[in-house]
Amino acid sequence: MLSNNSGSASSLWAINTDSLEYNPNSFRTRFGMFMTGLAGLFTIAAIIPLFIVLSYLIVNGIEHVSFSSFFELPPQALTQNKGGFGNALLGTLTMVGIGLGLSVPIGIMAGIYLSEFSPPKLAYWLRFATNVLSGVPSIIVGTFAYGVLVVTFKTYSAWAGGFALAILMLPIIVRTTDESLQLIPQDVRQASAGIGANDYQTVLQIVVPSAIPAIVTGVTLAVARAAGETAPLIYTAGFNQFWPEFNLESLSSEPIASLSVLIYQFGTSPYKNQQQLAWAASFILMIMVMFTNIIARVATAKRKF
Amino acid sequence: MNFTNNSASKTIEARSAQEKTLNISFIVFCQIFAWSVAGVLIWIAVLVGLQAIPAMSKFGLGFITTSSWNPPQEFYGVWPEIYGTLASSSIALSIAVPIGLGVAIFLSEDYLPSLMQRILVFLVELLAAIPSVVFGLWGIFVLIPFLKNITPLKSPAMLPAALVLAIMILPTIAAISRDSMINVPQDLRQAAYGVGATRWETIIQILIPAASSGIIGGIMLALGRALGETMAVTMLIGNANKVSLSLFAPANSIAARLANQFAEASGLQIAALMYAALILFGLTFTINVIAQLLVTRLQRI
Repeated sequence: MLSNNSGSASSLWAINTDSLEYNPNSFRTRFGMFMTGLAGLFTIAAIIPLFIVLSYLIVNGIEHVSFSSFFELPPQALTQNKGGFGNALLGTLTMVGIGLGLSVPIGIMAGIYLSEFSPPKLAYWLRFATNVLSGVPSIIVGTFAYGVLVVTFKTYSAWAGGFALAILMLPIIVRTTDESLQLIPQDVRQASAGIGANDYQTVLQIVVPSAIPAIVTGVTLAVARAAGETAPLIYTAGFNQFWPEFNLESLSSEPIASLSVLIYQFGTSPYKNQQQLAWAASFILMIMVMFTNIIARVATAKRKF
Repeated sequence: MNFTNNSASKTIEARSAQEKTLNISFIVFCQIFAWSVAGVLIWIAVLVGLQAIPAMSKFGLGFITTSSWNPPQEFYGVWPEIYGTLASSSIALSIAVPIGLGVAIFLSEDYLPSLMQRILVFLVELLAAIPSVVFGLWGIFVLIPFLKNITPLKSPAMLPAALVLAIMILPTIAAISRDSMINVPQDLRQAAYGVGATRWETIIQILIPAASSGIIGGIMLALGRALGETMAVTMLIGNANKVSLSLFAPANSIAARLANQFAEASGLQIAALMYAALILFGLTFTINVIAQLLVTRLQRI
């Protein structure tokens, strides 16, 4: 019975077993090998620019960066003065700080609403708007900040620059808060409600604290992005040859330097000493950005629930 | 010590009115902030639109087709900028799409040990972290001199700008395409292998079609990014106000026009720049909305 069955099957199916054997010379095999090679080559081609850019930054950066670069003002054109980017570094930190102050509370609260309280339909559209906002070109955000603050107060200022950076950071913070809160198991919320906690107690004392590492990661990534942004600062914060002064009047009435605008202006200047400072500033900016990125990603990789 | 019914009922008395108000106001507070994110988007459109009104009423739609930028005579048009924006982005896409897809396939299927795969994914992500002004600086001092040696290039032009744009948008395409390839159910792969397809037949005929909405969404997001990319393009494209089909000729883009002239502009020129910004905003907004719709469809599979 059994042998009969298998015999009839083999006579039915044994049409051409050659096509079932591996043939290293067939078109299909060769096509596959060719495409695999091509995809591998493309992957290498994608990584190469990273290493080229980094190696030029390191070589040119280390050559021109020194301890005093951090504490001196940018050099004037046509001098032998090497100068430094102290004021620009301080300006970048100031504006990123202002941006954080504005975007972190708003972004985290908005993320809490999306994840914890909003009806699903509304959440869908608000998330949609958040994603679209993160796709708005940074130069448009700069134009917007110009229209809101520079036109109104008729001056470039640290506030205007910080405001533009806040808008760039906002969608990143909203999204990471929202996503990290959604990862907290529902049981935790039910347990909290079960022992009599309010909504705000559950959220602020139970849910948010357990998502803090992920939220911090999101904020760090937002800082890394904002620190490298140039376009929104050119005509909101402008540039300044001198040290920023930290009082309310100066911050709201004087242009302020930043590392990225310094790189843009000095990189496109014809003077050697200014170009060299642009490389040094790029090197430092790159270290800051890479460092925050790597820390953020390592922290995310370790996160488990 | 004395657990009577009386004391137990005291601990579970109803919440006070004060506590209830606190609770409601917390939720309302969160809600307002969530809406403010959407509000910012509308605010951007309205504000840029309002500031553009003087230029819109003076030049109308002819602004788009005119190729003159003449502050002394107060006559403005952005055709060269629109052409340069679209051309640089399409050249960048045509380079970055095949490479990005290759990366996505190579790093999503099991070609490499998982540790190596993770490292390569991380490196591609790191490429996205390089600030665009740093790419611009690198382009001026390294890429342009290099291209001058091997091509007829003489000055900053379309080619270096498009090349750097391609490098900058590649991580977006690679990351989102990779995500959508990984999200394709394992069953589909096994079914394809089961009927005798080779790995690449599976990839081309099964996986890419199944992941297509995510892949196209990623490409659209990259396009949106390329259209609005400012610093690298401004520093490399040459800022020439003319339309030229040559890759080696200087060109301009809307974002570069804004970055170059906003600081010194006044009066009607500001309005003209706002009009240009509105066009760029409309363009990137439309593309981003389509991209988001495609990418969210991917998440629902």
